[in-house]
Amino acid sequence: MSAVDRPAPAQGPVPIHAVRERFGFLRRSYAMLIKEFIQLKRDRVSFAMIVMLPVMQLMLFGYAINTTPHHLPSAVLLQEDSDLARSILKALENTAYFRFLYEVHDVDDFDNLLKSGKVLFGVEIPRGFERAVRRGDKPALLVAADATDPVAASAAMGSLGMIVQTALKHDLYIGDPPEMPFEIRAHARYNPAASSSLNIVPGLVGTILTMTMLIFTALSVTREVERGTMESLLSMPIKPVEVMFGKIVPYVLVGFLQAFLIIGIGVGLFGVPVLGNLFLLALLSTLFITTNLSIGYTISTVVQNQLQAMQMSMMFFLPSILLSGFMFPFAGMPTWAQYVGECLPLTHYLRIVRAIMLKGATMQNLRFDTLALAALMLFAMTIAVTRFRRTLD
Amino acid sequence: MSVSSGIAIDVKGLSKSFGGREVVHDLSMQVRRGSIYGFLGPNGSGKTTTIRILCGLLTPDSGEGTCLGYDILKDAEKIKRQVGYMTQRFSLYQDLSARENLEFVARLYGLADAQGAARDMIKRLGLSGREEQLAGELSGGWKQRLALGACTLPNPQLLLLDEPTAGVDPKARRDFWNEIHALAAEGLTVLVSTHYMDEAERCHEIAYIAYGHLLAHGTVEEVIAKSALTTYTVTGDDLNGLTSELTGKPGVDMVAPFGTSLHVSGRDVAALEASIAPWRRTSGLHWHQSSPSLEDVFIELMGRSRDNFQ
Ligand SMILES: Nc1ncnc2c1ncn2[C@@H]1O[C@H](COP(=O)(O)OP(=O)(O)O)[C@@H](O)[C@H]1O
Ligand SMILES: [Mg+2]
Repeated sequence: MSAVDRPAPAQGPVPIHAVRERFGFLRRSYAMLIKEFIQLKRDRVSFAMIVMLPVMQLMLFGYAINTTPHHLPSAVLLQEDSDLARSILKALENTAYFRFLYEVHDVDDFDNLLKSGKVLFGVEIPRGFERAVRRGDKPALLVAADATDPVAASAAMGSLGMIVQTALKHDLYIGDPPEMPFEIRAHARYNPAASSSLNIVPGLVGTILTMTMLIFTALSVTREVERGTMESLLSMPIKPVEVMFGKIVPYVLVGFLQAFLIIGIGVGLFGVPVLGNLFLLALLSTLFITTNLSIGYTISTVVQNQLQAMQMSMMFFLPSILLSGFMFPFAGMPTWAQYVGECLPLTHYLRIVRAIMLKGATMQNLRFDTLALAALMLFAMTIAVTRFRRTLD
Repeated sequence: MSVSSGIAIDVKGLSKSFGGREVVHDLSMQVRRGSIYGFLGPNGSGKTTTIRILCGLLTPDSGEGTCLGYDILKDAEKIKRQVGYMTQRFSLYQDLSARENLEFVARLYGLADAQGAARDMIKRLGLSGREEQLAGELSGGWKQRLALGACTLPNPQLLLLDEPTAGVDPKARRDFWNEIHALAAEGLTVLVSTHYMDEAERCHEIAYIAYGHLLAHGTVEEVIAKSALTTYTVTGDDLNGLTSELTGKPGVDMVAPFGTSLHVSGRDVAALEASIAPWRRTSGLHWHQSSPSLEDVFIELMGRSRDNFQ
């Protein structure tokens, strides 16, 4: 720099400005938040990524990967308790495709089980079924499948006829050559066409949000350490919780923007319906976004540098993709994998977003997954705040 | 405030090790309120580490003390409100403009009118017209002024400045020191680390630290007097040859060139004079006894501490 462009040293005393003591928490969080917003606004590459990523992913995931289901959680609506009914159920269960978790006698209970995603498959045995079979009336056996996960549902439906037939032949209800004494009336609920884009779009909302939210916050603390700004930040009177809120809130809006983009493209381009309440969807999406941001932020408080932050984010992202029910049907995974899956926010959000968009589910149906998300969020935040290093030691 | 209200910093026996290597050793110091206290020492001597301990950024392994009357171990949060810390490496946000950086600090400290405070500071710093420039794009001198502005913005009682003038041109350095004196005149206490000797002369008191040991402290005159050093200044031909011949002779603690002359110093006057006697009569060499400069004292202290601690 030249000496010419520099003015004379400062004149006059330092002006004294009043200090407010109240609402310190909000004020300091706000200071941090404004700062993060400005930095985000200046970071054009990240900004482009926010928009490009959802669009690119939507194009890439055209088709889902096919797999055979396994132990599909199922329910039976039993309107008569007959030997024939029991035989059919046993036959279904023996295939290992299905596992009957609930036996209900009321149509409303049956519907709720499907709607909340507790079961993906339901068999309804109507009143007077056995008598009608004996009379040769060919009554209908109603089968309902949650086809929001079309891969799992269609494979199970396809195998149904054969299973029942073999079982009944064994029990001598039908002779040889086999002739079905009743008709199987399958009903693919929520996604009658078993269209995979219906399933993929809600799933993509979840995976894209996981990826971007995680990376944004995972880099945030290490970036300050590497740029040297952490030293002066720590010398100022700001608390770890305030740093965290300031760094998380701006990205909630970013996440919102992404969710809006994906759902918008999904509805506009792929004709995905949004049957449920949009407000509920927005609310629970915000919860999911915040949960991921907290996890990303936690990563950033435990790693040493930005490379580690990226690697650790990937370590979290991969199981999220594989074990959440996005790639493979959740019900088809081994038990241990399902337990892991239950610990991932994406698993719960996938159920939520599919249920709201495709089934029109309400808060009542989604209580468990909502609570699970909230618990994961609080857990991550607690770790982050306690792990945040307040000194340079 | 505490009983020692005339004392801003009062610490005893501070020690800090990194990975088994002691970087600050049993350091005690007192800084009077309203004074400018210079912290001198070669690179790696533990100046930054000490300053970080004072503002609660590092926890000392042992030692205790107060900063502005608050316990440095327990009241770090209270100390942070009253202390402005200017880091050795520029640590404002490079992707925020000068104004945005100042507003951020003002909001964090809870100034009622953050924008007004930032505006006033920009005016005071003479940054008008540059306030929208990104901090990372400012030149070295401007960055340093902005950093000083950011840490004086919340009206602290104590400024900790870590080598604020490193890499800044002489005119900017002089302006900066005028500013520091203006702030001290308003009642601020300033602890400033540096390795420029001329800056030491502008401090009310100094401390010299090498290899983590505080070796001398007091006013410049006191430090020179306490060194008990006798210095001879030699001018003439072939001073290089003389340097190698004198080095290591009994009583000669230090031989250091200063421009066109050579300073020969020692603490034992008799031994020193006996050793230099053969050269005092050499034609072409002019000897006269002078009082040692601060630099002589520091070079001698450092030489001695290297023998003792390394
Ligand atoms: N966080 C740290 N981890 C390990 N060593 C450190 C750390 N900080 C400083 N040091 C070491 O401590 C010594 C003193 O450093 P410092 O206090 O920065 O000295 P100065 O500021 O006087 O140049 C140096 O040798 C430096 O390498
Ligand atoms: Mg240093």
